[in-house]
Amino acid sequence: MSVRRDGGAVRKAFSAPLASVFVIAVTVLWTVPTLGLLVTSLRPKRDVTADGWWNALLHPDLGLDNYHTVLFEGGSGVSTGLMPFLVNSLAISVPATLFPLALAAMAAYALAWVRFRGSDTLFFLVFALQVVPLQMALIPLLQLFSGGAHLGSLTLLPALDLKGTYAPVWLAHTMFALPLAIFLLHNFIAQLPRDLMEAAVVDGASHFKIFRSIVLPLCTPALASFAIFQFLWVWNDLLVALTFAGGTPEVAPMTVRLAQLSGSFGGRWELLTAGAFLSIVIPLAVFFALQRYFVRGLLAGSVKG
Amino acid sequence: MTPTPTVPSTTVPPPFPARPRRRRRPLAAVALLAVAALTAACSNSTDSSGGSGGGGNQTLSGDCARYQPYAGHGGTTVTVFASILSPESDNLEKSWADFSRCTGIRISYEGSNDFESQLPVRVSGGNAPDFAIVPQPGLLAQMVKSGKVVKPPQQTVANQEKWSPVWKTYGSVNGTFYAAPMSANMKSLVWYSPKTFKQAGYEVPKTWADLMALSDRIAKAGGGAKPWCGGISSGTATGWPATDWLEEVVLGTYGGEVYDQWVNHQVKFSDPKIAAAMRTVADWMQNPAWVNGGYGDVKSIATTTFQDAGAPILTGKCLMLQQASFYKAQWPKDTKIGPDGDIFAFHLPAVDPSVPNPVEGGGEFLTAFASRPEVQAVQNYLSSADWASSRVRTATGWVSANQGVDKSLYTDPIDRLSADALTDPAATFRFDGSDLMPAAVGAGQEWKSLTAWFAEGQSIQKTGRGARRRAPPRGGGARPPPPPPPAPSSRLLPPARFHRPRGFAAAVRRVPSFGSARLPVALVPGIPASW
Repeated sequence: MSVRRDGGAVRKAFSAPLASVFVIAVTVLWTVPTLGLLVTSLRPKRDVTADGWWNALLHPDLGLDNYHTVLFEGGSGVSTGLMPFLVNSLAISVPATLFPLALAAMAAYALAWVRFRGSDTLFFLVFALQVVPLQMALIPLLQLFSGGAHLGSLTLLPALDLKGTYAPVWLAHTMFALPLAIFLLHNFIAQLPRDLMEAAVVDGASHFKIFRSIVLPLCTPALASFAIFQFLWVWNDLLVALTFAGGTPEVAPMTVRLAQLSGSFGGRWELLTAGAFLSIVIPLAVFFALQRYFVRGLLAGSVKG
Repeated sequence: MTPTPTVPSTTVPPPFPARPRRRRRPLAAVALLAVAALTAACSNSTDSSGGSGGGGNQTLSGDCARYQPYAGHGGTTVTVFASILSPESDNLEKSWADFSRCTGIRISYEGSNDFESQLPVRVSGGNAPDFAIVPQPGLLAQMVKSGKVVKPPQQTVANQEKWSPVWKTYGSVNGTFYAAPMSANMKSLVWYSPKTFKQAGYEVPKTWADLMALSDRIAKAGGGAKPWCGGISSGTATGWPATDWLEEVVLGTYGGEVYDQWVNHQVKFSDPKIAAAMRTVADWMQNPAWVNGGYGDVKSIATTTFQDAGAPILTGKCLMLQQASFYKAQWPKDTKIGPDGDIFAFHLPAVDPSVPNPVEGGGEFLTAFASRPEVQAVQNYLSSADWASSRVRTATGWVSANQGVDKSLYTDPIDRLSADALTDPAATFRFDGSDLMPAAVGAGQEWKSLTAWFAEGQSIQKTGRGARRRAPPRGGGARPPPPPPPAPSSRLLPPARFHRPRGFAAAVRRVPSFGSARLPVALVPGIPASW
């Protein structure tokens, strides 16, 4: 009962006319810089250097030249446009989202519902791994990929010849994502009603059957919300891609290209706004496609109900 | 017509999402596929092919005959990593296109503006490129210390003899020669407008005394124009143009020997000589009557970006700007650059006339991390006068101090001016000092102190003390100072945020800001405690 009353009160407060005006004002204010970026990306370079973007609203002289240059010329004669990098970004982001999702869902289920000695300790250790900054692992991981792991003369892991492929980026992103993913999904999965699991066991379901038929469908919102987080993180990542993939058009994602777009002396800075807008198109699409899970998933694992 | 009432919005959502109607979700299958793909991808690797010939003793004919010494490595690939980005790097790639076509050695070029931080990461991660084009002797020394740099072949060493001897010392670490210079740029230039000078009857000064007299004359002439303008704001690297002013004055006042001692910390910042040089800089660039044309008072130098600094020269509010040859890229496209044009530059005269032709500059060094025969072939080619000529022919904006390059190849007046000064056998050439000092001093504390000197009018003694302040022992001090607030600008996009001058200070660690946090402090080289 109390939940209903509180929810109602909050809802009422937010739908009051004054609150609506306030929210709309904040939204508009919040969007102005983005609008400025959009307008700037459509203006020619000489206008941008001459006056502020709002002048374009009075004397519109807009064109898609910047976008054309970014997409098809890449800012200079010889280089390719943005397209190969867009494809690379997708080829990096999609697997780097699916891998940790798949592994973390299974690990979270096992940690939450399979009783074995030390499962709590293991969960705590995984959880604690979150405090390790990604940057600390860059060089050791690179060494592992390029030289393998050795203990004296014993080879634990052979040198994987991964240079110039997406695999190191996928692996790195997967590793860095797992602790948080396992933690989030564990909390969600652990709250599923015990009765469901018991009923399934009584019916003779194996762990894999329970995981596939009960747990996965029920934790879709959590999976989706983590998928959004992870996708956006990987899509916007520059450091990991730069370190593990390098900057060649064969493997480099869009962020790497964007960072180089303006040239050594920054001569083509007018292209950055257009490039930035192109790079947010796909994350926006992902966000809108999955957004109904987003708010639900934000609370996933955090609220006892 | 009234709308049908919708479901009351106050219903509490069920504690668990409703069970989806479809019984089987494809997710499990996706998970399995993902794992399978992950393992499959690990065994996947690209192999390079392309180029002509299949190795062995090929004989090149026709156009290609001149590449005969480099032949015999067809079908191989050599990787090059550098800080030069497109469009400048396109000219680089064009310049060796013929070589690649004829010898069959593919040169895979990668440019990054995080070069200075990425190179150490890749080298210590065992993922070093075959070549790195290193613009800072300090970074070269750091790489050599890692033990991964390979000594150049005999031919490269012989090729390098065509550069003046001082260049060899900058490509050497502890007396051992490692990296041949590829390019040179000149910092000792003063940009001015020949048109304005002609109208007012001013002449290009030949000596420091003339320069000071001219400045005084311009200042007294009034008309809203001041003789000098300047800007030292440059994001996280704010302050570097001021270090150039100090370095040029030190070099021009005392000559190469004291300059070397200063860079090597045998002459300290607190030394009377350096303090005197700072006073010379103060009389010049901190003279309230002389600066900051078009922008305001002395303090405005600290808030003006170096890219914008020269703009008032075009409007006649300022007459001169001391800035490097690469400042040419900052003039608007339709500016006529030349001895009779809107804009040109003259060589900054020596403070003490007894110092012959002091030139402060920078350069880039080809550092090899592999000794495969095709890598050595490329190294030999890129250190030759042939390649330097080819690059100069390809496009403007590249100067080599190689004596074997025909000067008539330079079509751009600024390139020609720089080439003349850089190849002058009598010139006192010295590398940019802040690139030679340990990054904690040359790129950290010196920038910071000199910026404070301009921005807050801090005393010379305090500035000198600040600049030599000992860096924290564990290398934490090597990080550049936090970026100062950007200069106020009416534009949405102040270009300063995106510009990055090349050839200065190893510690311009532009930290990737997309999604990831900062690089670890541990990557920053250790600082000798004696600083």
